[in-house]
Amino acid sequence: MRASGTDPRRATLRRRLSGAALHGLLLIGAVITLAPYAWMVSSSFKPNVEIFSAALELIPAHPILSNYVTAVTREPTVRAIGNSLIMAGGETLAVVVTSILTAYPFARLRFRGRDTVFLMVLGTMMIPSQVTMIPTFILMRWLGWIDTYQGLIIPRIVTPLGIFLMRQFLLTLPRELEEAARIDGCGRLRTLLQVLVPHLGPAVATLAIFTFTASWNEFFWPLIVVQSSEMRTIQLLIAAIKQAEAVDWGVVMAIVTLSVFPTVVIYLMLQRYFVKGIAMTGLKG
Amino acid sequence: MMQPQAPAIRSDLGRAGTPGLLGWMRRHEEARFAWLSLAPALTFFAVFVGFPVVYSFYLSFHDWNMMSPRPDWVGLENYTALLRDELFIRSLVQTTVFTAGITGCVVVLSLATALLLDQRLRRIGLYRTIYYLPAVTSVVAIGIVWLWIFDPQFGLINQTLRAVGVIGPRWLSDQRLALTALIITAAWRNVGYFATIFLAGLQGIDTMYYEAAHIDGAGAWGSFRRITLPLLRPTMLFVVIISVILSFQVFALVYVMTGGGPAGSTSVIVFYLYQQAFTYFRMGYACAIGYVLFGIIFVLTLVQFKFFGKQVEM
Repeated sequence: MRASGTDPRRATLRRRLSGAALHGLLLIGAVITLAPYAWMVSSSFKPNVEIFSAALELIPAHPILSNYVTAVTREPTVRAIGNSLIMAGGETLAVVVTSILTAYPFARLRFRGRDTVFLMVLGTMMIPSQVTMIPTFILMRWLGWIDTYQGLIIPRIVTPLGIFLMRQFLLTLPRELEEAARIDGCGRLRTLLQVLVPHLGPAVATLAIFTFTASWNEFFWPLIVVQSSEMRTIQLLIAAIKQAEAVDWGVVMAIVTLSVFPTVVIYLMLQRYFVKGIAMTGLKG
Repeated sequence: MMQPQAPAIRSDLGRAGTPGLLGWMRRHEEARFAWLSLAPALTFFAVFVGFPVVYSFYLSFHDWNMMSPRPDWVGLENYTALLRDELFIRSLVQTTVFTAGITGCVVVLSLATALLLDQRLRRIGLYRTIYYLPAVTSVVAIGIVWLWIFDPQFGLINQTLRAVGVIGPRWLSDQRLALTALIITAAWRNVGYFATIFLAGLQGIDTMYYEAAHIDGAGAWGSFRRITLPLLRPTMLFVVIISVILSFQVFALVYVMTGGGPAGSTSVIVFYLYQQAFTYFRMGYACAIGYVLFGIIFVLTLVQFKFFGKQVEM
């Protein structure tokens, strides 16, 4: 029913505006959305003369690559991207594993206190990270994990959102899947790993993409736990360069472009999983 | 229900008659597996949520710079000091202005965008893709790019204004405009994200309502006001709550774009908390700020549930 081109919900706006007007409005929105990206990429290819010029030019008159060369040679950009990859990769792997392991009993097993515990897990989402951050920092200092990868990753390896998403997905799978395996004498862990996990593909993809993107973009926790310049993530590096007195905008824009590139590519390639994630949880990564 | 046996696990368990916890665990294989499976996550929550929440509360009644061997008890002093702390009050007010501004913008613009994105037009999928792009881009990157866009001399905005003969303001270095510039930047990031949520809400409304309204002779505006808006209430509630919670915790944008300046005009609660904790090492004071923030977010969420929830009744 919804597929018809003249359905009445859409018609309410259609009766007021012509197709051309709608396209015009959408185009204006798209230009506003894309302009900062265009300005970022364009500045990253401009020599300083063109960056600090009164003329408004989107396409550089004399595009150069030297900002990128400086970005990867003079600045520790490669190391920072490596650190971000380790942090985001480690966190993603851990979150997928802990979410499956934790969601399984909530979705499939019967035990006393199940619903209470599940509500408490969801309830932790209500607590702002600023409340837990200082004691967690003190704990990291006590463990000697300041300025380490485990300090960056371990306090983030379980997320209520991941557990929730995985549970919702498990609930959609037919019970017959495991029952057959259980009757054949398969243990619970083996049932989970060999029978259920192969069916979790879409949920794992969605969760992994959301977690990776969120971790790659994370700023607050790394800012607190990282102290040396070697351990900086890419977000910390960008913020630090900006704090320096003389900002070399061309180089900064080159680094920012490099930092934005992975998430945008992941998004464009795997867009359907983002849409699914929003539909399933209503929350962003 | 028949409980299928699990010989692989049962075989190494021994007799099922043992008393006590161990015996219970052996008799209840399903519950045993459940708790074992939950154990890592529950341990995590105890260490990284339970302990911090309690310890943070404890610290908020103490003075501690992390150098002295142990925190000093000061009672309610941190909380009473907050009431007299002008910069804190100012940060609180500015956070509220920021939150109200951004949430207002987001509700209006996202809903309008969602109505457009709902149309069956050519390349609508491309538009949906583009509009969501800022939501996957890091706030730090966005902050830096917009810092450059707001540059009074060479930035995109003022250069465009100059092209039409207007001399643009100094944006981020102007005390009266800096917070507005932050709201513009945050709106740019969030509109597409919330539009996607509104779009899902719109597509969940049964078309039958519109057909009925059309037969009754309702105009475009009438059906929007009497059908779309009321039926979108649950989505609206969700959008407003999430927007308020996220905006009250704004930090990276301020850190990158203004550092709280000029002259404290963009200092917000979380930025102030960060400074107290990690610039001045006033851990107890910072924890008290954290709890005040927690309280505010909690109360605001409850109020919104009461306000919208009454009319939702779905």
